[in-house]
Amino acid sequence: MSNKVTNVLLVGVGGQGTILAGRVLARTAVAAGVEVKVSDIHGMAQRGGSVVTQLRFGPRVYAPVMTPGTADYLVAFEKLEARRWLPYLKADGMLIVNDQELPPLPVLTGAAAYPANLLAEMEELVKRMLVIDAVSLARQAGNVKTANIVLLGALAKQLPFDRESWEAALAASVPQRFLEVNQKAFQLGWEQ
Amino acid sequence: MKELLIGNHALARGAWEAGLRVATAYPGTPSTEIIEALAGYPEVYAEWAPNEKVALEVAIGAAIGGARSLAAMKHVGLNVAADPFMTLAYTGVNAGLVLVSADDPGLFSSQNEQDNRFYARMAQIPCLEPADSQEVKDMTALAFKLSEEYDTPVLLRLTTRIAHAYSLVELGERRELPLRDYVKDPSKYVMLPVYGKARHYVVEERRRRLEAFAETTSLNRIEWADRRVGVITAGVAYQYVKEALPGVSVLKLGLTYPLPDKLLKEFIAAVDICYVVEELEPFLEEQIRARGLKVTGKELLPRVDELNPAIVARTVGKQVAAVEPQLAPAAGDEKQDAAATEASELPARPPLMCPGCPHRGIFYTLKKLQLVVAGDIGCYTLGATAPLKAMDTCICMGASLGVAMGLEKARGADFSRQVVAVIGDSTFLHSGMTGLLDMVYNGGNGTLIILDNGTTAMTGHQQHPGTGFTVAMKPAPKADLEQIVRALGVERVQLVDSYDLEAVEKAVKEETTAAGPSVIIARRPCALLEKGVKTSCAVDELSCLGCEECLELGCPALSFNGEQAVIDPLQCNGCTLCAQVCPAQAIVKAGEAK
Ligand SMILES: Cc1ncc(C[n+]2csc(CCOP(=O)(O)OP(=O)(O)O)c2C)c(N)n1
Repeated sequence: MSNKVTNVLLVGVGGQGTILAGRVLARTAVAAGVEVKVSDIHGMAQRGGSVVTQLRFGPRVYAPVMTPGTADYLVAFEKLEARRWLPYLKADGMLIVNDQELPPLPVLTGAAAYPANLLAEMEELVKRMLVIDAVSLARQAGNVKTANIVLLGALAKQLPFDRESWEAALAASVPQRFLEVNQKAFQLGWEQ
Repeated sequence: MKELLIGNHALARGAWEAGLRVATAYPGTPSTEIIEALAGYPEVYAEWAPNEKVALEVAIGAAIGGARSLAAMKHVGLNVAADPFMTLAYTGVNAGLVLVSADDPGLFSSQNEQDNRFYARMAQIPCLEPADSQEVKDMTALAFKLSEEYDTPVLLRLTTRIAHAYSLVELGERRELPLRDYVKDPSKYVMLPVYGKARHYVVEERRRRLEAFAETTSLNRIEWADRRVGVITAGVAYQYVKEALPGVSVLKLGLTYPLPDKLLKEFIAAVDICYVVEELEPFLEEQIRARGLKVTGKELLPRVDELNPAIVARTVGKQVAAVEPQLAPAAGDEKQDAAATEASELPARPPLMCPGCPHRGIFYTLKKLQLVVAGDIGCYTLGATAPLKAMDTCICMGASLGVAMGLEKARGADFSRQVVAVIGDSTFLHSGMTGLLDMVYNGGNGTLIILDNGTTAMTGHQQHPGTGFTVAMKPAPKADLEQIVRALGVERVQLVDSYDLEAVEKAVKEETTAAGPSVIIARRPCALLEKGVKTSCAVDELSCLGCEECLELGCPALSFNGEQAVIDPLQCNGCTLCAQVCPAQAIVKAGEAK
């Protein structure tokens, strides 16, 4: 593994499961013997608001937060959030985006419009972009709530950890009775 | 064995390993997880106190009683506990007492971003500032030791990026300590003026010994590198310095009060130019300058908001790069090589009340009646945001009552008919009762609405004295809000169902016009805690007029498709508020959904 720090930003909307996805990634990285730092948002900011998990791993990691323009991977659980956090992505970083629209309150109440053509706009800006219909894939896996793990599977394919460590971390992070559906969801993401 | 822990869990672990016996707190982001974790250790007695003052007092009693004790709170919690805190500094402890203050630079979940290191200085007690989870654990153990060796409480100061950030921690075993003897000693523990004065001399002498300790402790360390540039830093800012300014010499302070005089002088003398990089206030910087030493800090760095590596690179880094580019590699690129710039007009995604939140209908009603709302702190503070916008003030926990009373005394009893105070159940028990007592005692005419959702929702559903359970989920006596307000002298008390808009409106109209103080208890459990059969509402497309009245509720399950209202059945919890406000009766309960 290279001796530079890898920065992963997981963004979404409170309740989408970004924190769990971050936890599985963190466990996998720890098992690989690298240093890991993770910073999540808690408290009031979580209530349906825009949420972000910053995760950094490498031989030596200092800050628990990253600088805009330095994320190697931006995994966006929602399209608008992808655009909001896009300035964090490196010029040659990779965007993995869930093709899902969750209108924020100003849109619901008619005070603002949900931006049109977000995917096309981001296609222009980003060199490496993977669009995933994680909700459909999660449904296919057997539970729509596993969309977060579908996205994690897609990210995992890009990272330098072996498949067994991912499986072990997943098993250690989700309740036993949901493990199988999560494993399916992970595999569907991995195949993207 | 190494584990990835947030700072708060590392702290709990460190305290447990250090033989902690009594731990108390009132919840508050970013400190809440400390007690939640400690409640899981059978050797530790852990409790939710009604407020931070009581929490600290319980910890004081436990320490005097010979047990290592800990009180945890968010930064503003120490304002509430400041009274016992300041005198505790005089009495000292018996067994070790550690006070955890979790500060919130950047105001992720707070009403201000005060810098609590000043409290340590005001009380003349040691302040420790860890820079990652391992340091949190190590410093917790050391804090107990210091506390006992110097007979002083110790302030362990975390910030959000320490308390809530994960990093690796080496776990250890618990060291069981015997209870220390309890010795009656009024000259130490009864702070009559005569004893207090004598103890103040002890505080001074203790500070001098702590200053000597500061010179030699490994809590403070110099990392020598290029001596052209030196940086003095502490807490998470240390990590930002290491990241943004690799190669500079660093004086890392783990003990940020009192400061090591000689060490500072030596370090500053040994480098060509010295910076102080600290978050929020120039706490270190001003004390260093007061010694006649030359450092640069807040001329470059902001006093507002949290720091990060980018800010350090942009400010101090720029000057350092002029000395030697390699010492601050990121300082050159004004704008990082990013895939995109910020998009100008993205709709914001602010936090909001959940679907089915029992607070929603109350604020809808207060807005409809155009009342002045003296607010308080909790999930319901979101009633201040669009589209409800039904809150006029929010100062601190418990302030709603005093503010309502002050508005009345300033503008007269007529005005008070347009004013209501609104407070949550946890907040009322924390610090609302005395405000209500003032209203009763001094002849106020105010109306208080207690939003009783049966939990401390905002910080993640903690128990409190009104829920009937302890932090360890053991059954406990349940404080009866109605009996309490009656006992405080309120004669007009109404109970309403928060989901029943008609009843809420009727009660508010009655009580705001009635003379004398009154209380409306609006009751409904927090929607996130309501398990059981989930129901939802649906829009009848034939009847919906597209008037958008339901959207005024600001419910995330409701949207408008350009012509009609739409309800997302997955989000809706069937509270029926939208059905109640619909002028065309176009919304119906859909019965049982999956
Ligand atoms: C002195 C102080 N302690 C703690 C907090 C953190 N905090 C803010 S509101 C609140 C309690 C919220 O509970 P409640 O009043 O019942 O309202 P809910 O969120 O349940 O609607 C807490 C713990 C604070 N802001 N100030």
